[in-house]
Amino acid sequence: MMEMLQMLQDAGQGLLGPAWRTVWTLVKIMAIVLPVFGAVAYLTLVERKVIGYMQIRIGPNRVGYFGLLQPIADALKLLFKEIIVPTGSSKFLFVLAPIMALAPALAAWAVIPFSNGVVLTDINAGLLYLLAMTSLGVYGIIIAGWASNSKYAFLGAVRSAAQIVSYEIAMGFALVCVLMASQSMNLGDIVRGQHGSFGMLNWYVIPLFPMFLVYLISGVAETNRAPFDMAEGESEIVAGFHVEYSGMAFALFFLAEYANMILIAFLTSIMFLGGWLSPVPFLPDSFIWLLGKVSFILLLFLWFRATFPRYRYDQLMRLGWKVFIPITIIWVVVVAVWMQTPYWLW
Amino acid sequence: MNFETIVFYVFAALTVFASLRVITARNPVHAVLFLVLAFISSSGIWILLEAEFLAISLVLVYVGAVMVLFLFVVMMLDINMVRLREGFWRWLPFGAVLAGLMAFEMAWVLSSSKAFAGKAAVKHGADYSNTKELGRLIYTEYVFPFEIAAVILLVAMVAAIALTSRRRKDAKSQVIHEQISVKKADRLRLIKMSPEIHARENVDSTAEVAR
Repeated sequence: MMEMLQMLQDAGQGLLGPAWRTVWTLVKIMAIVLPVFGAVAYLTLVERKVIGYMQIRIGPNRVGYFGLLQPIADALKLLFKEIIVPTGSSKFLFVLAPIMALAPALAAWAVIPFSNGVVLTDINAGLLYLLAMTSLGVYGIIIAGWASNSKYAFLGAVRSAAQIVSYEIAMGFALVCVLMASQSMNLGDIVRGQHGSFGMLNWYVIPLFPMFLVYLISGVAETNRAPFDMAEGESEIVAGFHVEYSGMAFALFFLAEYANMILIAFLTSIMFLGGWLSPVPFLPDSFIWLLGKVSFILLLFLWFRATFPRYRYDQLMRLGWKVFIPITIIWVVVVAVWMQTPYWLW
Repeated sequence: MNFETIVFYVFAALTVFASLRVITARNPVHAVLFLVLAFISSSGIWILLEAEFLAISLVLVYVGAVMVLFLFVVMMLDINMVRLREGFWRWLPFGAVLAGLMAFEMAWVLSSSKAFAGKAAVKHGADYSNTKELGRLIYTEYVFPFEIAAVILLVAMVAAIALTSRRRKDAKSQVIHEQISVKKADRLRLIKMSPEIHARENVDSTAEVAR
């Protein structure tokens, strides 16, 4: 495998010279983005199937075997639909908004390590970069809500902006604990810091368990998923910020939401569940472990949606500001003190 | 002209263009979005200087949090641009003098000071962590100025909240702690009663229980 890659590298180098580096980077980007899109498409099917079974029905089962072609049918349908731009909307921003929502969701994948050394850009400020990229996603939602010139869209955008900004703080503090424990902001080093002879007991989920919960729940809130989907709130504000969008423009918001979900699942696995490391010492570390952990967290996302009723807005804000932020600040101090004692084993 | 110089000029041109549009855009929301563009392109320039911590935290703090709240406020306001532009020509000379003074000061400091003269950014290897160095400096050499700045910011925040938060007398709020810790005995009382015989009385007594 490695030799074949090396041969390909050499052939490209000979053929294209200095331009080869750009081409090779583009190839690597494609190798990340296309599977992400595929995963997004099939995550929608898995979601409908899982929620279906949880509600004792079958879910989509007409298009292809077990409904396996359903996502493709959905995508084709959305592609052929007309994109309606409302009168009185800000046209340029209306078109820009879905792109602004999707771009940061994909850009964040640049620093995700898939296995030991398998990462697009191995920068040492990876964690900061991720925080910056995930904080940019809110612009798509705000601009969409404002540019639509519709009151429901605007209400959804306002709700979502306040929610994301509030939960970002708790998320940031949870990551501060991780970076204190690993003493590095490089995601690869964070995973390698969780390597040890005790398998899963070496993962940061053990000393940072409250932070794991805070990060996971804030992640659900950040991606505007149920039970924190106030920004969409079908029963109150129709569909929130994307009510005026149709066709492919709507599909981009959908893609962004699911790409963000998968991203949060990857980040939780990398930072708390040991990334590609195997949970038991006698089995080899591999990418498959990472996929397993990610799938489990994605299942949690779907499970939450099938289980919990939607939060009320003031209680959502209370949870963010009065519960999560104090817990995270206290845990930062606890970890800082704990690390100075000989009882810090990680 | 190498690649880095081209990138620098692209980002610099973008920054200048975006900042000009911030003050010339008709729509305040567009102006805020141009300010976001200005922030992002100046963070690109910082990345070129290998100040990746500053660059990313500029995006994280200003673009990701401050400007979102800014946009939030600007979208809520009903701004009349005609009234805002009323005194433009009257205040232009004053503004021009102020801007000229600031530009002059900056040029003066940058050109005369020994600290900046003829020094390019020092290049470091890939294993050099900007963040670690910055953290080491802030928490050892500059720990007191840093803490004082933090306290001043905290005081400003508390003051702003104290000035604007007026407790309404008729506002109602939940005490969630009390709601969660409610027990069955607090809300429900079971009454033992003897069975009734007469039909008429029976109706009355069920009404009594319901009440």
